[in-house]
Formats: sequence, structure tokens, C-alpha cells
Amino acid sequence: MANLLHRHKVIERNVTLLAILAFITVAIGGIIEIAPLFWIDSTVTKVEGVRPYSPLELAGRDIYIREGCYGCHSQMIRPFRDETERYGHYSLAAESMYDHPFQWGSERTGPDLARVGGRYSDEWHVQHMKDPRAVVPESIMPPYAFLADRDLDLSHIGDHLTALRRVGVPYSDEDVAKAAEDAATQATGEGDTTGLANRYPKEQARDFDGNPGRLTEMDALVAYLQGLGTQVDFKAAAPREEKR
Amino acid sequence: MDDILLRAGGWLLIALLALAMSANAIDHGFAVQMAIVASAALLAAVWAMRGAGNAVLASGGSLPAPRDRYDDEVIRWGVIATVFWCVVGLLVGVVIASQLAFPLLNLHSEFSTFGRLRPLHTSAVIFAFGGNALICTSYYVVQRTCRTRLAFPWLARFVFWGYQLFIVLAASGYLLGITEGREYAEPEWYVDIWLTIVWVSYLAVFVGTIVRRSEPHIYVANWFYLGFIITVAMLHLVNNVSMPVSLVGSKSYSAFAGVQDALTQWWYGHNAVGFFLTAGFLGMMYYFVPKQAERPIYSYRLSIIHFWSLIFLYIWAGPHHLHYTALPDWAQTLGEVFSVMLWMPSWGGMINGLMTLNGAWDKIRTDPIIRMMVFALAFYGMATFEGPMMSIKEVNSLSHYTNWTIGHVHSAALGWNGMITFGALYFMAPRLWGRTRLYSLRMVNWHFWLATIGIVLYASSMWVAGIMQGLMWREYGQDGYLVYSFAEVVQALHPYYTIRVAGGLLYLAGALVMVWNIWMTIAGKLRDEAPLSTPVYDPARDRPVLTPTAA
Repeated sequence: MANLLHRHKVIERNVTLLAILAFITVAIGGIIEIAPLFWIDSTVTKVEGVRPYSPLELAGRDIYIREGCYGCHSQMIRPFRDETERYGHYSLAAESMYDHPFQWGSERTGPDLARVGGRYSDEWHVQHMKDPRAVVPESIMPPYAFLADRDLDLSHIGDHLTALRRVGVPYSDEDVAKAAEDAATQATGEGDTTGLANRYPKEQARDFDGNPGRLTEMDALVAYLQGLGTQVDFKAAAPREEKR
Repeated sequence: MDDILLRAGGWLLIALLALAMSANAIDHGFAVQMAIVASAALLAAVWAMRGAGNAVLASGGSLPAPRDRYDDEVIRWGVIATVFWCVVGLLVGVVIASQLAFPLLNLHSEFSTFGRLRPLHTSAVIFAFGGNALICTSYYVVQRTCRTRLAFPWLARFVFWGYQLFIVLAASGYLLGITEGREYAEPEWYVDIWLTIVWVSYLAVFVGTIVRRSEPHIYVANWFYLGFIITVAMLHLVNNVSMPVSLVGSKSYSAFAGVQDALTQWWYGHNAVGFFLTAGFLGMMYYFVPKQAERPIYSYRLSIIHFWSLIFLYIWAGPHHLHYTALPDWAQTLGEVFSVMLWMPSWGGMINGLMTLNGAWDKIRTDPIIRMMVFALAFYGMATFEGPMMSIKEVNSLSHYTNWTIGHVHSAALGWNGMITFGALYFMAPRLWGRTRLYSLRMVNWHFWLATIGIVLYASSMWVAGIMQGLMWREYGQDGYLVYSFAEVVQALHPYYTIRVAGGLLYLAGALVMVWNIWMTIAGKLRDEAPLSTPVYDPARDRPVLTPTAA
């Protein structure tokens, strides 16, 4: 021990040594804990149905992030009885495999949103965004009425898809080229709906904000929320789960 | 002279570039941010040219300015910035706490919603208040323990102003809705790049100063500061790898997705706590506690053991933020085990700090600054016990997603980081401005009690709220159904949210007392006040003489 302490004096007199040793010490944990997640296959098991976000959903997700919704809403259902009964099937790793960044959250000031898609009507969502206490009197959510008054900016939506493709989301050239058109189609339900459905299976195309004349940020956000947790068909997977 | 022209020219070039980027921006927010950068660069250019004027005067034969022993100018700015951002951060905290109690206060503007103000609060407190405190105390400590002046004085000043620009860009960005959407790492790609430049400069100044030390040993406080600077650089660089949508737009997407992104982010997030708010502040503790107590550090061996074990173990603890999520079990278990082990080195630091008061325990009664520091260490010990406990999966299943986490964070941030910083500021202020003492010691006492009662209200209300929330969410009735809807739980939290606001207000009031006290200290005023204690010397019992005036 005394010997060890004596040797430590060498480190205390040499800032380069101190810095290098400190760096090695702090680097070990991350290397052992995080790096394997990128090459162990079992980290994310492929699940049928999971696909990249459609351009309109992506625009809605960008608004979700912009407004800091993740500060109060989680998107990660834990495998407990009370949570699966309250929110639905527990979240799978694959369900957020295209989420750059992840939005699992850390607080439930508001409820979990991982499977909020299809739970409420579009009208409910729009009303709730405009004045949360009009539909949930106990709610402490801020009002987001301004979303309904603002046109959705789709001028660079193709670039957003390209940026995501560069970090590994499998958007095709066609997806990128038709991004703006697809967003408009999904927000109105008019246009090349079959092409849209082929590119993004199970997408929902309609006017979301109750204002068919305008493509607003509300359209995008509600489209994103209505798609949350709907990609994987858990009913089809149920029998296989029971057999185990 | 050429040097100054080069510098001013460089800043002007940056200003022009930022203006061009602002004009070509694809989104409104980026245009505003680049305009801020351009204004800052213009100011820097003007400052550099003002220096040219001085240089010309100097070459005309005027006397060189008298040199202090230490380069303290930038530390004086740092003290003022720390106090300023402290008030801003706490004020925004009180506002968003009030919004949770009274949602009407979100007003009907996009700029005043909880969602946008919350990152402003967390960043203002952690990075603006905490960061400025760390930068200015590290400059103070490293010069005095190395008995030398700051290396690269120009760079040291660049670090200070560059860091302020980082804060302004991050904060204005949040209000404009510019965010990467990852907690505590919200600033966008261009702000991240700027911070990297500032941080590498900071490392250069700090290491450069140690290199030119006239003491053979590097004092333990500097190990902690160095560990903090290096680790934060590593965390920041890895966690913020992202792909911008456009070089003239604010939006970017994280390079990682889903599970990998979650663990990278919490590896960063937890070690922002571990290194920014712990290792760095322990550096502060290792200098200011012994100085104020006028006692040497309790154990040299303990400091070695606890330094290396603390920095080694902390890095592993990130996954405890992701218990029972889709993160693989092995990673969760590693995180849990290392978090529990972390308890020991953390308490090593607390014990080393507290036991430093051996032989000077009476100062807790007579010296409110020491009382603040001891209180900070006590809260450090409590929070580093609570943290490992909450990392145990069974506890976490109840505590996660609830206000218990908020209570834990604030007992640590308000109790440990806040109080140790206040202690350090009160220690430095009279020395930096050459005053005989603080304006008022009684006001420090007021600050202490306002802050203490504030913390007690804050932490206890959030503990109760969090545990209640967790229990209500999982409560089943006789009929086998969940008893409470989510909205009913929200409603039940209202009284606790209100108590929390009261706690926050008290803590803010304490900080305002500090603003006045430090302001008057800088102004050179001394408050005419009775001493805090007037002990009578009792020769029969051989009681120590506490203050010379009392004897």
C-alpha cells in the first residue's frame, strides 16, 4: 500500500500521465457497455411491420421534438401489468429502431404516448392541443393552438429524409424524391394514395386537423400521434407468444 | 500590432460569414442564431481593435500596468456571470414549477410553454450557473495551488466569452424551438461545434497552467477539475454526433437510433451529473473547504482511492436511467451493480470533506460559510445514497417516471451544487476585489436559512408526490381493475406542485440576498452589523477563543 502510494506520486507530478490515465479510466466503461450494442444482433430483434416514418409523420415528429414534448411524455412502456393494461403491449426495441433521436423520455408528467395512435379521434387530438382542459379538466398541459394556425413547411422535407438516410434509415431514392408530394397526399387523402401506401404500409391518409383547406403543423403532429405504436400487429403475434 | 490586426480581422471574417449564413438560412430560427453569432463576433472585433489603441499607447512609452500575482480579471467576470446565471436559472425554474401547479401560466404564446422553458431551466442551472462556477473556480484554484499565473491569458478570456456565447445560443435556441430533443444535450449541431472549440481551449488553458506550475505536486483539486474537463469533452463529442439537414439550417438528426441512442444519451446524461456536477464540484470542495476551515484535507490516501474509483465507476452507471426498458438486460444489470458500488467512492469524498473539519467543528456554529459547505457535503452524501438506492431495479420500478426523480435531482443540485458554489463565491468575492471581508456575514446566514428551508420544502414535497404517483399508477382494486385514471393522479399532485413552488421561491429569495451581498462587497461597502456570535472565554474550562474580538 505504501509502495503504491509512493508510485502514485509519479502521477501527481506529471500532468500528461495524469490526463492519459484519467482518460483511460473513464473510457473503459463506455467501451464495454455501449460499443457491444452496435454489433450484438440480439440488441434489436427485427419485428415485422416496423418501417421508417412517412414524410408527414416525420414532420410531425420534428414538431413533437421542437416543442419539447419528451420533457413530460415517455414513449416506453415497461413490462408491468399496470403499464401494459394502461398503455398497451410493452415497447419493443425494434419499434424505435428508426428513431433519431429516441424519444423514450424520463418523466410521466403526462401519460405515456408509445401506443397513443388510434386511441382518440382526430377531433379529440385537435381540441386537446388547442385547449387541453376543454377535454381533460385535470390536465396541466400547455395549449398548442398556434399549431393549427401555422402552415407546415415542406420545402426541405426531402433533405430531412436524405439526412436520415445518411445515418442509416432505409429511405429509397423514390421516397426522397416524392417526400413533399407524399406529405401532401397523406394530409389530404387525395393524390397518389396507392403509391403512398406502398411506400409506407399502414399509413393513415386524411385531413387530420379538421381544416381541409390548409396543410398545417397540426395536421403533421396529429398524423404522427395517430401513427404511434400502430406499426406492429400484436394481435397476430399473440398466439406465438403463448406457445412459449 | 500585426497580431491585433489579425485577430480583429479574424473576428470580422467570422462576423461576415455568420451574416451570410443568417441571410441564407432555411429556417427562421437559424437566421436569428447566426445574427447573434455575427453580433458577438463584431463585439469581439471591436474589443480587439480597442486593444490596438492601447497597444499604440503602450508603444508611445506609457508605464506597463501593475501586475497582480495572479491573473484574476477573468475570474471576477466569472463570479459575476455565475451569480447572474444562478438567478436566471432559478427564476425560470420557479416559472415552470408554477406552470405545473397553474397551467394558465403557460400563457398563449409558443415561446412560454413548459416544453420550451424546461430545457432553458435545466441548461441555465447546469451549464450556465454550474459551468461558470466551474470555469471561474478552476481558474482560481489552479493558479493558487500551482503558484503561477494562467497560461495563455488571451485564450482564458476567449473561453469565458465563448462559453457565454454558447449559453446565449443554447438558451435562445430553446425558446425558438431549436433542439436535438435529447435531455441535457439539447443544443443543435453548430452550437455543439462551438462548445467543442471552447472546451478544447479550456483544456489547453488548464493543462498549460499546470505545466508551468512552481509546485512539484499537482494538488488533488486539480485532478478532479482535469478529470471533469477531459471526460466532459469525451461525452460531448460522442453523444452529439449528428447529421445536419442543411449547413444553413438548424435541424440535425442524431447519428444513433433507438436502443443505442438511448444508452449513448444516458451514458452522457448520467455522467453530466457524474463529472460536471460531481467531479468538478469535488474539485471546488477540495480547495475551498480546507481553506475556509483553515485545516488540511483529512486524508491524502482517501483522496487518491476515491478519485480513481469515482471516475472509473461513474461511467458505468448510465443504464440505471433505462431500467425495464427495451435496453438489453445485461446492460441494465451492469448499470445497477455499478451504481450501487458508486455509493462508496461518493461517500469517500463526503467523509474526506466533512472530516477536514476535525478540530474546527465549532465553526459550523460561528461561520455561516462553513455551515453552507458542511450542509452541501451532507446533501452530497444523502443524494449519493439515494441515487444508488433508486438504481436498484425494484425501487426504480416505482420511482422511475415520477417526481421522486425530480426530488432526488434537486436535493443534489440545490443542496450540493448550489450550496458549495455559494460557499466558494462568498470565499472568493472579498479576495478577488481586495476587500477586508464580505459586505455582510449576517446576510450569508439569511441566505443559508432561506435556501435550507427552500430545499426541505422542495425535496420533501417531491418525494411524497413521487412515491404517491408511483403507488397510484399501480394500484388495483378488489375488482381487478386499475383504481386511478392518469388524470386523477395528475389532479392529486396539485398540492405538492404548489409546495414545490414555495420551496423554489425561498431558494430564489436566498440567491437574491447573495446578489445584494456580493454586489455591495464588489462596491467595497462593509455592513455595520453585530458579529454573529460573541462567545465568552472561560479559562476554567479552557474553551477555545473563537474570535479575537470576543476574547
